[in-house]
Amino acid sequence: MDFLNAIVALLNFVIIPASAYGAQLALGALGVTLIYGILRFSNFAHGDTMAFGTAITILVTWGLQSLGVSISPLPTALLALPFGIAATAALVLGTDRAVYRFYRKKKSDPIILVMASVGVMFIMNGITRFVIGVRDIQFDDGVRFVINAREFRTATGLAEGLALRSTQVITLVTAVLVVWALFWFLGRTRTGKSMRAFSDNEDLALLSGINPERVVAVTWIIAAALATIAGTLFGLDKSFKAFNYFQLLLPIFAAAIVGGLGNPLGAIAGGFVISFSEVAVTFDFRKVVAYLVPGDWTPDGPIQLLSTEYKFAVSFAILIIVLLFRPTGIFRGKSS
Amino acid sequence: MSFLEAANMTGGYGAADILHSCTLRVEKGQIAVIVGPNGAGKSTAMKAVFGMLKLRGGHVMLEGEDITQLSPQARVAKGMAFVPQTSNVFPSMSVEENLEMGAFLRREGVAETMEQVYALFPILRDKRLQAAGELSGGQRQQVAVGRALMTEPKLLMLDEPTAGVSPIVMDELFDRIIEVARTGISILMVEQNARQALSIADMGYVLVQGSNRYTDTGEALLADPDVRRTFLGG
Repeated sequence: MDFLNAIVALLNFVIIPASAYGAQLALGALGVTLIYGILRFSNFAHGDTMAFGTAITILVTWGLQSLGVSISPLPTALLALPFGIAATAALVLGTDRAVYRFYRKKKSDPIILVMASVGVMFIMNGITRFVIGVRDIQFDDGVRFVINAREFRTATGLAEGLALRSTQVITLVTAVLVVWALFWFLGRTRTGKSMRAFSDNEDLALLSGINPERVVAVTWIIAAALATIAGTLFGLDKSFKAFNYFQLLLPIFAAAIVGGLGNPLGAIAGGFVISFSEVAVTFDFRKVVAYLVPGDWTPDGPIQLLSTEYKFAVSFAILIIVLLFRPTGIFRGKSS
Repeated sequence: MSFLEAANMTGGYGAADILHSCTLRVEKGQIAVIVGPNGAGKSTAMKAVFGMLKLRGGHVMLEGEDITQLSPQARVAKGMAFVPQTSNVFPSMSVEENLEMGAFLRREGVAETMEQVYALFPILRDKRLQAAGELSGGQRQQVAVGRALMTEPKLLMLDEPTAGVSPIVMDELFDRIIEVARTGISILMVEQNARQALSIADMGYVLVQGSNRYTDTGEALLADPDVRRTFLGG
């Protein structure tokens, strides 16, 4: 019986990684849910918007590095982030002008916009690969650890090490700041309130003199910022590979739908529900159990519900359960 | 010339016309009520006045200015406010935010107008931080009218403001509408509760199949035996 070691192992392998991943998913899902709430379609290109934003951020990071600019101990990518956001905002605004606005003016069904976004997804996909390539890119140049596993062990005398990577801390801190800023914007500013009004009741918003094109433009800019930040944090935490961002689309949509599409609070909750489920279901609890039960009770094989290759099945399963039993999501979104 | 003059309006949503040379007039600070059987084109006439319907004939003049070609949004800027029959509030936003959105185009004097709305509908002040979607039907109608008043309209158009509210709330709403008219705002209203509506109306329009059947003061229409027999149930 070694309670402390069990907790440390759980923190190290489940709680900390899942929190960082959850924050990344939450930021991604916020973008999806905002677009859904205001433009009224599911934007399948969001994963590739994240990839594009991250790619530009990486390019600017490299540029800054070659100029000798550094904000050590923080990664240079944070400094490059505003450039990535600006480029991504320009790209999505251009896309809106070239693609989505046409269907909006025609008052097309949402499903047509969804299909258009699939086309946009493939194009963005290609642009990202043209710009930066398909390989795996590590671009985190900051200090790696806030808490080092070996130092933790020597300092506490525990058998189990605890590692807290700086990217995980940066992810959580950034996510908290971004979410705070977003809610402040939506709840306190004139433009933010007009976006909520537009999402609530489009016709009445028009009757109140709210300019729909302005609301749409601001929404795209915010979605681009959220996508770039989420993508860059994910890339710093793990690595950048265009294909991985495309695959993020599933957990992100699952998060947005679990929380209730169109509901920002739901997107955040959904992000953490998905990340904790994914990590917990694919984690081998043998080590944790070994600390808690008498020695010979520990099973020989892994105590793992699914192997890590099946992590996408977790998002899918949650998505299906929610759609079957509570289609509007935990926080009652707009989908019904 | 009347404050609002919508003359000889002809048009509909598709190929077939719903309105046939329909004429509506509202004087400054007066209440005009449109009544008539189901499908008479009452709401359609209102929408035509507000520019939500393309007219094939006729014109709409506000304060002597021809606004026939203006979009609904442009008409809001000209001083018209419209309260739709349903989904007329922002459900997830607080009462206060609903009112703020009504004043979206205004930069000054918003607080004073909001005070006036709260004075007119005191219950809204108590509920100002509550989401409009959580309010009762009658309170929601008050929010809807309040939101419209926040645009500082000269003409307030109400599409069945008392639909689905209890008789007590209905009387209360009618009282408030009279108060609004006393401040100099003209009111054009479609109503199912014809008898009560005509009793507060300066002018009444009985529409049948998209055209004017009877037009007179509210009092005269209530006294008219033909109108009573055919539309007011005796």
